[in-house]
Amino acid sequence: MSILLKQVPALAKEEMRKVYSNTMSELANENKNIVLMEADLMGAIATKGYMDAHPDRFINVGIMEQHMMGLAAGLSVRGMVPFVHTFGPFATRRSYDQVFLSLGYAGLNAKIIGSDAGISASHNGGTHMPFEDIGLMRLIPNATVLEMSDHVMFDDVLKQVTDTYGLHYIRIVRKNMVQLYEAGSKFEIGKGITLREGNDAVIIATGIMIAEALKASEELKKEGINVGVVDMFTIKPLDTKLVKELAKSTKLIVTAENHNIIGGLGSAVLEALEDVPSKVKRVGVNDLFGQVGPQDFLQEEYKLTSKEIIRVIKENL
Amino acid sequence: MENLDKKIRIEIIKMLVKRGFGHIGGSMSVVELLAVLYGEVMNVDPKNPNWEERDYLVLSKGHAGPALYSTLALKGFFDKEMLMTLNEPHTNLPSHCDRQKTPGIDMTTGSLGQGLSAAVGIAQAIKLQGKNNRVFTIVGDGELQEGQCFEALQYAAHHELDNLVVFVDENKLQLDGYTKDICKQGDLVTKFNTFDLHTVRCDGHDMKAIKESINNALVTPHKPSVIVLDTIKAKGVAFLENDLGNHHVRFTDEQIILLNEIVKELESEL
Ligand SMILES: Cc1ncc(C[n+]2csc(CCOP(=O)(O)OP(=O)(O)O)c2C)c(N)n1
Ligand SMILES: [Mg+2]
Repeated sequence: MSILLKQVPALAKEEMRKVYSNTMSELANENKNIVLMEADLMGAIATKGYMDAHPDRFINVGIMEQHMMGLAAGLSVRGMVPFVHTFGPFATRRSYDQVFLSLGYAGLNAKIIGSDAGISASHNGGTHMPFEDIGLMRLIPNATVLEMSDHVMFDDVLKQVTDTYGLHYIRIVRKNMVQLYEAGSKFEIGKGITLREGNDAVIIATGIMIAEALKASEELKKEGINVGVVDMFTIKPLDTKLVKELAKSTKLIVTAENHNIIGGLGSAVLEALEDVPSKVKRVGVNDLFGQVGPQDFLQEEYKLTSKEIIRVIKENL
Repeated sequence: MENLDKKIRIEIIKMLVKRGFGHIGGSMSVVELLAVLYGEVMNVDPKNPNWEERDYLVLSKGHAGPALYSTLALKGFFDKEMLMTLNEPHTNLPSHCDRQKTPGIDMTTGSLGQGLSAAVGIAQAIKLQGKNNRVFTIVGDGELQEGQCFEALQYAAHHELDNLVVFVDENKLQLDGYTKDICKQGDLVTKFNTFDLHTVRCDGHDMKAIKESINNALVTPHKPSVIVLDTIKAKGVAFLENDLGNHHVRFTDEQIILLNEIVKELESEL
């Protein structure tokens, strides 16, 4: 792990989907077993660049997510490395048994990219808005479950998982994210990243909630409350060592996720602290379905804000 | 209702222009079908959307919600003003159909391939209850790639659900391009006839032909029917017809001018 933090995090110019197409095109030049798979959503994830570069190793199966997972399993039996993309809900809950059995239980190698993390599904609404994908994927033994924090991390993680056998689920936002890391940073799966130290409380966050956590920490600092921020992009394997240390060194842990608080990051952190006296509060979607609307509205609606993190910290310190 | 098809087109364009983007292609290709169903065929009561004796419609290709919302508003299920709330915070008109939100919507859809099974379930329940309501469902040609559609059709044929009419909106396009290029389907009429479904093809923009196909379907005993509608995606929006990118469009300023012109022209024809 060698990480360079961006001094002033700001919205990146690069879209996450651009990184997907570009990085995979590069990787596929070297690794002749890589196959990119889509189920009629290449328009949404913009993989035309990859398709033009590697038309023979690009498969748009059609609107058949379950079949796509089985097909990936077959490709993997022959040693190929399938990268499978569709919207998160269709990648997980729609084709769960195919992912669970044909990929997970069968011990095969596939990288599943689930896009439009949580509320970033915005105008597509409840049918397309995954608040449970992390939970479902965590329940598959041996699966690795990651949520991307920015495009620099996504680029590095794509490179790593190409060379790591097994089932990986990578949850992404399709468009621009706040850039947290300088280009060239290297990440370690299983290791959380301390973005800010603080001994009153610590926020363990993923995805779009990291930026909210940083804002909350900034605000609270003005009031003399020192709040640390950890990027826990690696939800499974979770960095349990770090979580346990934090439980000992601070009075309060707040988790923040763009996902149901049942089954996701918050649950994983609580499970890790089973034997450690600690106080943990979860900020996230409180057992609700998705709905349509602009993302900023949804952020308020589901209380996925720095404001809510601050409220929870103040109430529990 | 006279000129229902034109009125539906007008409302679809207005609501999508208000939002600035939306699923225009698949909404425009089912306009004539909806005009026939709600104008001439279906037994519904706009004042009592949950009337037990009604005929049912499941819009399995749920992204065409704007077309159905426009039709329901014109029929009086709710106020036309509500159409302007498409996709707004706390709206009752989300981009994909939601039976818990919108009066007149019989089933929640949006995850492709699921609506057809639900329609078969409604038809099955009506048979079990000894009733005569009819069930209509609309699936996309791309949507038909979902295996679940074939599970539903096999079931419907085996159980002789002749109270069910399935419409396939064969507009030849899906999200990423031509259906024939992504996964060819061959001749759907031949295919479904071998499934023991009463299947015909019909011009999906010819209201008389649609009406006739439905009438024939409804008197065919012991077999569910499939009507394959030969349609044009984005029909009526000349600059988007035959455009591979017409599935979901974020309109440019110039396109909005053109869309407003289409509305004016349609209004002058009423
Ligand atoms: C299970 C599922 N997979 C993918 C999508 C995303 N999606 C929405 S519409 C669409 C294309 C549909 O094509 P078609 O059925 O032909 O509809 P039409 O041409 O009538 O718009 C896709 C892939 C979805 N809504 N549900
Ligand atoms: Mg189509």
